Amino acid sequence: MRGALAILSKDLRIEWRTRESLASVFVLGVLLLVVLTVAHDPTPEAAPALAPAVLWVSFVFTGLAGVQRGFLLERENDCLAGLLTAPVDPADIYAGKLAANVVLLGATQAVVVPLTGLFLHADFWPVLPGLLAVLLLGNVGFAALATLFSAVAARTRARETLLPLLFLPLALPLLIGAVQATQAVLAGGLGAAREAVAVLVAFDVVFAVAGWLLFAYVVRD
Amino acid sequence: MSDPPVRAEGLVRAFVGTPVLAGVDLVVRAGEAVVLLGPNGAGKTTLLRILALLLRPGGGRLALFGTEAREAPPALRGRIGYVGHESLCYPDLTAAENLAFYARLFDVPDATARIAELIGWAGLELAAHRPVRTYSRGMAQRLALARALLHGPDLLLLDEPFAGLDPEAVAMLQRCLGGLRAAGHAIVLTTHDLERAAPVATRLAILHRGRVAWTQEGAPEPVVVAAAYQAVVAGRA
Amino acid sequence: MRRSFPPLVCASMLAALWLVFMAVPTEREMGIVQRIFYFHVASAWVAFLGFFVVAGASAVYLWNGARRADRLAEAAAEVGVLFCTLVLVTGPIWARPVWGVWWTWDPRLTMTVILWAIYASYLMLRAFGGEDEAVRRYAAVLGIVGVLDIPLIMVSVRLLRGIHPAVITRNEGGSGLTDPWMRAGLGVSALALVLLAAWLIALRMRNARLGEEVAALRREALAHGGEAA
Repeated sequence: MRGALAILSKDLRIEWRTRESLASVFVLGVLLLVVLTVAHDPTPEAAPALAPAVLWVSFVFTGLAGVQRGFLLERENDCLAGLLTAPVDPADIYAGKLAANVVLLGATQAVVVPLTGLFLHADFWPVLPGLLAVLLLGNVGFAALATLFSAVAARTRARETLLPLLFLPLALPLLIGAVQATQAVLAGGLGAAREAVAVLVAFDVVFAVAGWLLFAYVVRD
Repeated sequence: MSDPPVRAEGLVRAFVGTPVLAGVDLVVRAGEAVVLLGPNGAGKTTLLRILALLLRPGGGRLALFGTEAREAPPALRGRIGYVGHESLCYPDLTAAENLAFYARLFDVPDATARIAELIGWAGLELAAHRPVRTYSRGMAQRLALARALLHGPDLLLLDEPFAGLDPEAVAMLQRCLGGLRAAGHAIVLTTHDLERAAPVATRLAILHRGRVAWTQEGAPEPVVVAAAYQAVVAGRA
Repeated sequence: MRRSFPPLVCASMLAALWLVFMAVPTEREMGIVQRIFYFHVASAWVAFLGFFVVAGASAVYLWNGARRADRLAEAAAEVGVLFCTLVLVTGPIWARPVWGVWWTWDPRLTMTVILWAIYASYLMLRAFGGEDEAVRRYAAVLGIVGVLDIPLIMVSVRLLRGIHPAVITRNEGGSGLTDPWMRAGLGVSALALVLLAAWLIALRMRNARLGEEVAALRREALAHGGEAA
């Protein structure tokens, strides 16, 4: 636990110092939203219906870009060896990285969600609590899976190109659940989204536990 | 304390089918400083990484402080200090922040004082609050040493620690290693530069083609060692 | 065991073909094209089964590092993706005359696509992960995570029913078979394809093992050749 917290604060400190991920997330998020909106060019009446899908697709792609860095920064100066020679359980390393990614993805959502609302004339205020809950669940599930596989991708020859390939097929249930849940929440609040939310919760639990257990096999040679 | 810090028997390791270690036996007791020499590709770095519990051997047995490496609990790593080719420090953080991070990981008591002590020892007071990215090779190397010593390890593993150090830093490191050895710690270091490592050594060994080809207790004359080195390398060519 | 594969596979395939094309009566509503259903569903079962074989072999490999387990996982993934592709090809061939569309995002089809994509990502990892031994471990982790994903996929695709209007009016190929010949047709087809898959896996595993032996011999030869020179 102590190790996880140390890694979390270390990652956040580095991120704050360089603001690399934040900057690229912001720019990429804006660009993606513009492209998606402009490509479809919906009428103001039709636009809100697109919001859930556009929101989550943008989140997925900006999120992937942001999460990459988590393990690439451990490659520099062989820092991962520093972690592995410390009396820290690999599972704690996973937990720390997962927490850092959740924070980073939260920042991603803070950019993507308001902009989606703006570009697609979708009003999120009335359903904000429900929406935040769905965003959090989607965030955690994404981070759980992405943390595990960004470690894998960072340690292979193909590096960054491999992460979307490994991650996206497995993350489809999350994407489906998140879009459905968002749609339901926008229509009728959190209660209406019960089924989809259940899928999200299940996804989060399964992959957080799986990541916790399997991470050691990825990092220990 | 009958369990030696290092007891390795028949360590084997291959990378993509190519054997790198072909049966290494090594015992290091407390108060010993073993210096490993050998040409590039002899397996020095691989051996050191196995001893640091960074790599699993493909075969053979390894016991550190009496505990089998395979069943090593995380706490065992708290007794080992490792210095690799790279500094193991985050380039965007300062020296002080890096050491503070590792102090947390290793649960170092009285961390602030210890960090200040080591920054002073490494001569990094002026640079302590600059990102490591801005450091010279020598400064990064000194920081790497400080990082390894932070938690007062009983076993110190150093991979070419003298590389990139100016004579003053070399002398400082020699003094430090000598002191640790005298205090009962165990040291294993690899080097290309026998001259710098010799003053510290209690035993010399030459690693060649994945095996310990020659070993000598005490501190033999550099000439003797050089001759043995040539013989070993020539004998297998 | 290996010797008995070819005749077993041949016999069961012939039996299946005979049953499907000769013995089974033509389905009333869909006509002749319905005969593809037997191989379509059987392939789906094999593809699904393959997933579990990959996961099981991966778990064994992580547990004890047995090379054989890793070879099995790789072979099962390759054969699995083959049968999954067959499902995705025979599906539209069947769908077009019957439903009028080549494709629909109905739960079962969606799930098959996702399964195929996971298989594909596993094979991509093995292909582009690099030479390092560690890639086997990463692939094993992926294999296990993939199988954990299956129940989640099944549950999440059911959420999709809401968006698309139901194009199919009845279950795509469930146990709505009343005719005993039809049941036999499906059963024998399944058996035939399972045997075929097992045989292909065994061949692929042997192929992999021989490849490793050749590579080892080559390395040895180079090492000794260098010394002699």
